[in-house]
Amino acid sequence: MSVLKNIWKQLKRRPMSLLGFGIIGSFLLVAVLAPVIAPTPAGARDAYIIPQFGYSPDPVLPSREHIFGTTEQQYDLFYGMVWGTRTAFRVALQVVGMAMIIGLLIGGAAGFYGGWIDEILMRLTDIVLAFPDILLAVVIVAVTGPSLNHVMYSVMAVSWPSYARLVRGDVLSVKERDFVTAARALGASDARILFRHILPNSIYPVLVVASLSMGSIVITAAALSFLGLGAPPGYADWGQLISLSQNWIMGASGDPFAYWHTVVIPGLAIFLFVLGWNLLGDAARDILDPRQKA
Amino acid sequence: MLKFILKRLALLPLVLFGVTALLFSCLQFLSPEMRAALYVKDPRQLSQLDAVIEKYGLRKPLPVQYGIWLKQVAHGDLGYSETAKMPVADAIRSFFPATFELTVVTFLPIMVVGVFFGVLSAVYRDKLLDHITRFVAITGYSLPSFVLGLGLLMVFYGRLHLFPPGRYTLDTDMLVHADSFRHWTGLLTLDCLLNGQWHAAADVAEHMVLPAATLLYISVALLLRITRSSMLEELTKDYVRTARAKGLPERAIIRKHALANALIPVVTLSSLLFIGLLGGVVITETVFDFPGIGRWGVQAAQQLDIPGVLGSTMLAAFLFVIANLVSDVLYAVVDPRIRVGD
Repeated sequence: MSVLKNIWKQLKRRPMSLLGFGIIGSFLLVAVLAPVIAPTPAGARDAYIIPQFGYSPDPVLPSREHIFGTTEQQYDLFYGMVWGTRTAFRVALQVVGMAMIIGLLIGGAAGFYGGWIDEILMRLTDIVLAFPDILLAVVIVAVTGPSLNHVMYSVMAVSWPSYARLVRGDVLSVKERDFVTAARALGASDARILFRHILPNSIYPVLVVASLSMGSIVITAAALSFLGLGAPPGYADWGQLISLSQNWIMGASGDPFAYWHTVVIPGLAIFLFVLGWNLLGDAARDILDPRQKA
Repeated sequence: MLKFILKRLALLPLVLFGVTALLFSCLQFLSPEMRAALYVKDPRQLSQLDAVIEKYGLRKPLPVQYGIWLKQVAHGDLGYSETAKMPVADAIRSFFPATFELTVVTFLPIMVVGVFFGVLSAVYRDKLLDHITRFVAITGYSLPSFVLGLGLLMVFYGRLHLFPPGRYTLDTDMLVHADSFRHWTGLLTLDCLLNGQWHAAADVAEHMVLPAATLLYISVALLLRITRSSMLEELTKDYVRTARAKGLPERAIIRKHALANALIPVVTLSSLLFIGLLGGVVITETVFDFPGIGRWGVQAAQQLDIPGVLGSTMLAAFLFVIANLVSDVLYAVVDPRIRVGD
C-alpha cells in the first residue's frame, strides 16, 4: 500500500504525468464503454466492422447524424474511432507484452548462461537491430499477407531486441549477487534461479522501457496500417482509418480543407494516445530512476 | 584503438550475412510458385512458372538458394530492382544522394535546437520555460510522422500552395538531366548552385522544407531529453560547486564547465541519429513522395521486390555498423576517461 501511496505522491508533483493518466484513463473509459457510446447496429456480425452508410467514394463532413462525418465508402468515423480505441489498446498491450516476454527469455538466457549461448543470442539481437526503421516488419507482413494480426506479429518480431539487451545487462549484474549464490548452494535448479531470483530483480528497468515504448509501438503499428498492410478497410482501427484519408488531404478543388475530418480526427486520436503513454512512461522513469532525484 | 576498429569492422560481413540470411528465411513463407510469380512480367508467362522456378532454383533448399545469391553478389551483381526499374547498384546511386542531402539539411537544425533548448531546460529546471520546452518536445515525439506530414501537406501545399511534395518540379527535372548539367557533389541543391541555376536550387530546397521540418520536430525530442538530463547531472557535480564557490559567473560555469562535459553523451547519440536519418526515413519519405532510400526500401518490401529489399537493407545495415563504430570511437575521443578496446 505504501508503494502505491508513494507513487501517487510522486505523480501529484508532476502535472504532466497526471495529464498522461487523464488521457489514458479517458481512452480506457471509451474502450470499455464502446458498446454504450457507439452501439453496434442490430444484426451486425462483428462489432469491429464499421457500419457503412452508402457506397459513395467521397467522404461526408460531420453532421448531426454522423458527428465525426464519414470516410470514403461512407464508413461512420465516430463508430470507427470509438471501437478503434479497443483495437489500439489491444495492439499496444499485446505487442509490448509479447516483446517484453521474448526479450526477457532471450536476454535472460544470454546473461544467465553466458558463453556461446550468449554470443549467438546477442548476435541475433544485433542483426534484428541492424534493420532500418520498419523495413523488416514490412517484409514480414508482405510475405504473410496484410492483416492486423500479422502487423502485431511483425512489430513484436522487430521490437524485442531492446528488451533483450537491457535484461541481459541486468541479469549479468544480478547473478553475481549473494542471494543467487545462496539459492544455488541450496540446490535450486537453473530455471528456478532464473525465474524466481534473477528476473524478478531485474524487471523494473524493463517495465520503464515498456511504458516508454508503448507509444512508439502504437506509431509503428499505425504506420504499417497507413502503408495499407494492416486491417482491411472498414475495420475499426485508427491507422487503417488514416490510410483511408490519404486521397483526401488536398480536399476538393478550391477548398483544400473540404475533407479535413478524415485526417484530423484519427490523427488526433493516435497522437493523444501516444502522448498519454509517453507522459506516463516519463513519469515512471523519473520515479524509478533514483539518479534523477533532486 | 586501431585494433578495436579493425575488430569491429570484422563484424561487418557477419552482420550483412545475418541480415540477408534472415530476409531470405522470411521469404520462405512464400511458396516457390509465388516467388516465381515475382519474376514474371507478362501474364502469358504464368503458364511457364515451372520453368521460372527451375531457372532461379526456387525449389532448392534455403541454404542453396542463399548460396546462389551470395555467389551473384560476390561477382558484383546485386540484381535488378523491379520497383526502381533499374539495377540495384544504380538504384542505390540514384536514391542515396537524395536521402543524404535530406539528412544533411535536417541534422544541423536538430543538433542546434536540441542542444540549445536542452541546456536552457536544464538551467531553468522546473520553471515555466522547462515545462514548455519539455511539453513541445514530447508532443513531437508522440506525433506519428504520417500524421504530421499529412497535416503539413494539407496546410502548406493544399492551402498555401507552398512546399510541394516530391524532389523537384518538371523544369528542374529536365535541367538536371540535361547533358550540360555537371554533377559535382551529388548534393542537388549545391550542384544547381555550382551550375549557376539559382531557380533550380531554390526549387530543390523548397521541396525539402516539409520533410526536413517533420524530421526536425519528431527527432529533436530525444536529443533535447538527453542534453537536459546530462546537463542536470553535471550541474550537481563538485567541480560546478567549486566554480560557484570561487565566484565564477553562472554563465561561464554553464558554458565553459558543465556544457563541455554534458555534451559527451550527446555526441554519441548524434552519430546514431545521423545514421538513423541516412538509413532512410521510411514513412516521412513516403508521405512526401521523396525519392530516397527509405521510400524505395519500403516500396520494394511491399511489392516483394527481393533484390531491392536485399540491396536497401544491406546499405542500411552497413551504415548501422559504421555508425555504432563511429559513436564508440567518438565517445573515447571526447571523453579521455573512456578507453576502448580493453
